[in-house]
Amino acid sequence: MQETTANRVAADATSSFTEHLQRERPDLMPFGQVPFNQLPATAAHPASPLQAPHGTTIVAMTYAGGVLMAGDRRATMGNVIASRHIEKVFPADQYSVLGIAGTAGIALDITRLFQVELEHYEKIEGTLLSLDGKANRLGAMVRGNLPMAMQGLAVVPLFAGFDRPAGFGRLFSYDVTGGRYEEQEHHAVGSGSMFARGALKKLWRPGLSEQDAVAVAVEALYDAADDDSATGGPDPVRQLWPVVYVVGRTGALRVPDRDLAAVAGRVIESRTVAAREA
Amino acid sequence: MTQQFYVSPEQLMKDRADFARKGIARGRSVVVISCRDGIALVAENPSPSLHKIGEIYDKIAFAAVGKYNEFESLRQAGVRYADVRGYSYDREDVTARGLASVYAQSLGAVFTAEQKPFEVELAVAEVAPIQEADHLYRLTFDGSIADEHGFIVMGGQADKVSEAVAAGWQGELDFAGAIRLALAGLVADKETTTLPASALEVAVLDRGSETSRGTRRAFRRLEDADIVALLAEEK
Repeated sequence: MQETTANRVAADATSSFTEHLQRERPDLMPFGQVPFNQLPATAAHPASPLQAPHGTTIVAMTYAGGVLMAGDRRATMGNVIASRHIEKVFPADQYSVLGIAGTAGIALDITRLFQVELEHYEKIEGTLLSLDGKANRLGAMVRGNLPMAMQGLAVVPLFAGFDRPAGFGRLFSYDVTGGRYEEQEHHAVGSGSMFARGALKKLWRPGLSEQDAVAVAVEALYDAADDDSATGGPDPVRQLWPVVYVVGRTGALRVPDRDLAAVAGRVIESRTVAAREA
Repeated sequence: MTQQFYVSPEQLMKDRADFARKGIARGRSVVVISCRDGIALVAENPSPSLHKIGEIYDKIAFAAVGKYNEFESLRQAGVRYADVRGYSYDREDVTARGLASVYAQSLGAVFTAEQKPFEVELAVAEVAPIQEADHLYRLTFDGSIADEHGFIVMGGQADKVSEAVAAGWQGELDFAGAIRLALAGLVADKETTTLPASALEVAVLDRGSETSRGTRRAFRRLEDADIVALLAEEK
């Protein structure tokens, strides 16, 4: 192609922060810094896999007014609890949230990059990205991390947002290759996800109110923590509760700790009263 | 072979400056006012989509007059600069001073090195928790930078507009008062005494966006209906 000024200007015009970073400051990218063929082969040393904190269970579900996402507060490193306070659910922008499971360090950086990506687009273009557009951008970032995922440092996000033109909340899950799958009703990712999903299947109903949805999420995480050692349950000693965000027509809102303390208290109480094994 | 005429550097710079000034004066004015509630940015702009005022970062806004393509490219460069800086350090490390100095350097470089100078004048505004700590920077086409107090008027008949704004400015104004004052300034060089909301572009930097709206992004663009409602408030 002829290298004219107009071509150059058009090629440089990007609304994507990630593209800008890749072009101008590739050293700041959370992934893709080391070429794939130069990564050390951990397969050659199976006895010493890289020890890094991992985030665990995230649940998300739709309810009458939108979507909800909740995550426990534990990060683990092998058999050790790396953090009891970690937060793994974040607002991505005004109308969407994401939760992360997998290698915490990379996941937190991808979250930060994704947040800036959405805000950057909004500032450059003067309008919000569509919900599908946001979900696709996140998929591209997960794909970008594929070389690291093959070394055992995978990141698996869960994305939820309110689709304003359509008027309802939507959920998206991802695999390590960046594949994007729209989920119906509810979903969970992370090590405790199979237990959480089992609980959600029994507890979730169509048209849940916001309060009921919060209670269902907390109970699903309680069940996940019950059977998965890498998932942290509600902690009344340290006053630690799951991080819960609801996303409705007016935007994303974090559920305050005192509400969660009450909900978690009711779950623990009802289980205590029942006095059964499970 | 043609011989180039000698032009003294003084003459060259003067010609360039005159050229840029002419371009800037052709447009309409923009007024930036620091007040009790935050910073109000008001422009006379009939287009609802080609903005003269934009958000740069959490507490920083941008306003410009002159050629659209030139200040739009500067605005985008500013957003990129701020986002890269905030991403690589921390959000609070992005300051209007840093941004204004980058703008000053690029405007200065274009003024001396390029075929023609940018026909733009910029304002970079940063809102702080208290009014005394607000920052307003004015950047002109040659890369000069000025730290202004209280308000900035740029473009069009800036002298007349500035006079009218200076007469009514006080730190105690709320947003409604500041926008009314800006309007009074904008009509100073016209026969009419008022402008319809559709001919205005108004945005504000909220001083207390964390408490009032629950977001650290202080920038808020006002729709026509918001402007009408604000102006209709009791004085």
